Amino acid sequence: MSEARSPRALVAAHGDLAAGLVSGVEAITGRGTAFIALSNRGLSPGDIERAIRETVDAGGIEVVFTDLPMGSCAIAARKVQRHQHGLLVVTGANLATLLDFAMADDLTPRAAAERAVQRGRDALGTISVPPNAG
Amino acid sequence: MPVEVYRIDDRLIHGQVVVGWGQPLDIAFVVLVDDAAAESDWEQDLYRMGVPPGMAVSFMDVASAAAAISTWQGDRRRGLVLTGDIDTMRRLTEAAPQVRAVNLGGVHHAPGRTQRLRYIFLSPEEEAMLRAMVARGVSVTAQDVPGARMVPLDQLLAGTDLS
Repeated sequence: MSEARSPRALVAAHGDLAAGLVSGVEAITGRGTAFIALSNRGLSPGDIERAIRETVDAGGIEVVFTDLPMGSCAIAARKVQRHQHGLLVVTGANLATLLDFAMADDLTPRAAAERAVQRGRDALGTISVPPNAG
Repeated sequence: MPVEVYRIDDRLIHGQVVVGWGQPLDIAFVVLVDDAAAESDWEQDLYRMGVPPGMAVSFMDVASAAAAISTWQGDRRRGLVLTGDIDTMRRLTEAAPQVRAVNLGGVHHAPGRTQRLRYIFLSPEEEAMLRAMVARGVSVTAQDVPGARMVPLDQLLAGTDLS
């Protein structure tokens, strides 16, 4: 059963990715409410920027997770950050990143995000089986 | 043809441009034609951040871009020229008759615009600009990614298919 938590970060991404990532966090930890999910689908660059700004302002959000560094969500978040220097923008976020952030209640959102980025990097890898393996 | 695509996309340099078009077409340089970006170091740094190693990016106003098109046509690399709005592309095509085809890649919702495709919303003024381009012999088609159906302007403006 999900624990009721105030959102600590915004996840902004292409298509249904943000909602999917948050859904994954909820399924694994029950802490999906730590995040607000935002899709860029059908939104103009100005709409994305406005949605991020309004969400950040309304919720006192200090961290925005985005997907592609060159994506419209990351670019919009950077434009918001230009006027809100306390905002931390994370690019390349994956499920491992968000899981670590969601579990880091003991850290400030900014510190939690810094650590979660490393966990997300560590989760990336390749797994192969040698051709002669049994 | 060294410039593979002349694209209108209000998200400017983003994933669909760099990855969606850039990789399959082997795009080596992107030119963002935008008067504001051409004067803003901050915006240029922002968009450079989104371009992968090996892909050059430059920023120009319309006049500079129109003057440079002949140079790009002699370039052995493939390029993509991008504007963030229809009016800028209109001005570019008027100043540079070498531009024979324009890709409508993304013009999103704004007050006064009507939805024509999932990713194309147009105001009456913008529709008139696009029609004028076609009347001057420029092919105008909508297509967000290379694998998507290419929709000619007349179908775009006449149809109700919002796929």
